[in-house]
Amino acid sequence: MNTLKKIISNNVRQFGMVIALVVIAILFQFLTGGVLLTPLNITNIIMQNSYIILLAFGMLIVIITGEIDLSVGSVVAFVGAISGILLVNQDLPVIVGIFLSLLIGAAIGAFNGFWVAYVRIPAFIVTLASMLIFRGLTLVALNGQTIAPFPDSFRSLSTAFIPDIFNGGDLHILTILVGALLTIVYIIFEYRNRQNDKKYNVDTSSNSLFIAKLVIAAVIINTFTFVLAQYEGIAIVLVLIFFIYLIYASMMNKTVLGRHIYAVGGNENAARLSGINSNKVKFWVFVNMGVLSALAGLIFAGRLNAATPQAGTGFELDAIAAAVIGGASMTGGVGTVFGAVIGALVMGILNNGMSIMGIGIDWQQAIKGLVLLAAVTFDILYKKKK
Amino acid sequence: MSNIILEMKGITKTFPGVRALDNVNFKIKEGEIHALCGENGAGKSTLMKVLSGVHPFGTYEGDIIYNGNNCEFKNVNDSEKRGIVIVHQEFALIPELSIAENIFLGNEQVKRGFINWNGTISKSRELLEKVGLDIDPNTLIKDIGVGHQQLVEIAKAFSKQVKLLILDEPTAALNEDDSENLLKLLLQFKKQGITTILISHKLNEVFQVSDSITVLRDGKTIRTYSVKEEKVTENMIIKDMVGRDITNLYPVRNKSIKEEVVFEIRNWNVFHPQDTERQILRNVNIKLYRGEIVGIAGLMGAGRTELAMSIFGKTYGRKISGKIYKDGKEVEFHTVKDAIKNGVAYVSEDRKEYGLILIDNIKNNISLANLQKISNNSILNKNLEFTETENIKNRLKIKAPSILQTTVNLSGGNQQKVVLGKWIFTEPDILILDEPTRGIDVGAKFEIYKIINELAEQGKSIIIISSELPELIGMSDRIYTLCEGVITGEHKKEDVDQEILMTYMTNRSGGSKK
Repeated sequence: MNTLKKIISNNVRQFGMVIALVVIAILFQFLTGGVLLTPLNITNIIMQNSYIILLAFGMLIVIITGEIDLSVGSVVAFVGAISGILLVNQDLPVIVGIFLSLLIGAAIGAFNGFWVAYVRIPAFIVTLASMLIFRGLTLVALNGQTIAPFPDSFRSLSTAFIPDIFNGGDLHILTILVGALLTIVYIIFEYRNRQNDKKYNVDTSSNSLFIAKLVIAAVIINTFTFVLAQYEGIAIVLVLIFFIYLIYASMMNKTVLGRHIYAVGGNENAARLSGINSNKVKFWVFVNMGVLSALAGLIFAGRLNAATPQAGTGFELDAIAAAVIGGASMTGGVGTVFGAVIGALVMGILNNGMSIMGIGIDWQQAIKGLVLLAAVTFDILYKKKK
Repeated sequence: MSNIILEMKGITKTFPGVRALDNVNFKIKEGEIHALCGENGAGKSTLMKVLSGVHPFGTYEGDIIYNGNNCEFKNVNDSEKRGIVIVHQEFALIPELSIAENIFLGNEQVKRGFINWNGTISKSRELLEKVGLDIDPNTLIKDIGVGHQQLVEIAKAFSKQVKLLILDEPTAALNEDDSENLLKLLLQFKKQGITTILISHKLNEVFQVSDSITVLRDGKTIRTYSVKEEKVTENMIIKDMVGRDITNLYPVRNKSIKEEVVFEIRNWNVFHPQDTERQILRNVNIKLYRGEIVGIAGLMGAGRTELAMSIFGKTYGRKISGKIYKDGKEVEFHTVKDAIKNGVAYVSEDRKEYGLILIDNIKNNISLANLQKISNNSILNKNLEFTETENIKNRLKIKAPSILQTTVNLSGGNQQKVVLGKWIFTEPDILILDEPTRGIDVGAKFEIYKIINELAEQGKSIIIISSELPELIGMSDRIYTLCEGVITGEHKKEDVDQEILMTYMTNRSGGSKK
């Protein structure tokens, strides 16, 4: 009992976020008369928020280094426009178009990173400038028009599902199998970790607690895949996000680079005197943000099936909100990839739920603002109490 | 005799899980300088916070009787109105504002809703004169040295009609000269009838000026000495502070210095990073033998930290010239990484700004400068990290429930141990320690000294930079004196005392030999 208390109190932040997410989900499930958690709508939420989650990954890392990027919305629009020109107007092969778009994203990130890391201009100013520059260039590139439609193979990235090779009819068998497989992989992974911890005498939780954790995780994974299976199964973009999540979560947690990023954000002076090239770290963090913005731009263009001048407006704020609701601190050094996903989902469910309820965009914005404020207030009060 | 101006009776203050003050009794006579001594965590600061209203009435038990009245201070303003002003160890000055603006910060001189600049300036001048500072009050705080900043803080206290002045470690950041001045000033204040409570770790200073000394330990009053009426020695105070005898302030080392120069700096020249005409270090030559501890003595501004940082991956200065030899071979450190790779470690003087990531835990702080050791192809082996850093924690006796403890919550001594641990983790041959015991208490100092000695016994070579001359003399085998960027002398430990060092530190042409 004591250990359980300890685990909970050590992880209130993470638990708190997940609990908030669950509460919001249940609330809207009720308010929308059960529409929110239908298989169709869950799939929708994933599709609608895929690009915000991608941006939140990048933004989280930028925020951890103690910086900010206001230009991501404009970059989403600009890269969308470029991809429209390349794929629709120039008829380039899809792969080439995607590759070039990501490259442009990286270049924009490098541009931001250069001013922030090497010239030492505050990121707020640099990316405010980029926000204007690339919104303007989007209009120039598109000539104020919309480019559409995109080739189908390009759109599949944001709209297609993994086909069911088992022909399950109403139930997507492959999806259920993926759920089962994931469960097994997860259990093996956790078990090996635990053995390893024991080997090195790291504190481990009791057996019953460990089993309870595995059971809960298994239930969540399989319920989720079962729900998805009742509709079209797993969206390609979900697979993409899943793998990108794994990459970033392990990068931040398990690599030297991740540790350097946290250190630079936690105390740049100390990091530098520990042999970390903080300029380089910051530069690459912005390049990374640029690439993820480009990817989000491509997915958004594909989902809309159009490159429009107004694409991505306000995305930077959604991404920042997601990272902050997920526990990132604007002073740097604090935040988790998992938290950013939860934060993005909180924002996503709010958007989706309120839309279903027919609440206008005006009130939606106001309510989202209040939720953001509440989340951060909770965090600060909790820290004070501690 | 003189009246009791302040009496704190039966003060008990508890924080969740800790009893910071336990029935403390504390009496101050009017017009005296009363020193408050104790290790870090003994409760000195908490007691002063209770007195000044930072911990408001009601959050503690006991009575504060000031000038015969029972006081219930609800905040700092309440106590300041009565003339009780505290000058904290960490300055509360705003670098971008002028001296005058800082003095009257929160207490602005106003005429019909607008700031009365003439009044502000002229009053500041008066106050500065009182503290013996002859500077234009329009000078920005960032443009004056720490010693002067401390005086501005005191001038600020005077602007509040101070009757009882509380100074928390006022000389911690000051060099010997400035400290000396400050102490003289305290004696002057005493003549003017101001009562002072002096919190200090530096017992020689305490003895220089105090009339009474009260020792706190573990939140309890141990004893109050009256310096005039009884014979008190430093050892008695130290014994009271730590609760045991410390026969020697500096632990004994089994010397094993080899006749082998492991590190050498030749003709080292460094210029100021912004003002590249200004030479900070001039033809510095330093040698270090294996297993040796070498001290560098110099006043603030002599270029001690600049020397260390310019060597350590050129983290300070421009137009750096000169040669570095490690084990007889010439090496170049373009970056901190190069220096670390070549087995050099630098423990900075400001552990909070330059040493630790305060929001991070002990484990991550220790491993930070040598993540290669616990990683494979850039992938961290977290279990290995756990055991390795746990080893360091045990070896250095870092007091914390676990290595996952956030460093911001540790005491100064333990924080310093974490920083030392971080650099020990890089397995260096040369350690440059910049003010390794600044702001930490006697007990923790002793432990840090023991660690330093152990490192030297293992064959590592150590450079200690310190403002505390007894520490340099107590710990080093040889001492270099540095004055205005020039090495003015090289001394064997046996041949020097504080005075000799001071002569060389203040005279650029080297101490004139008698």
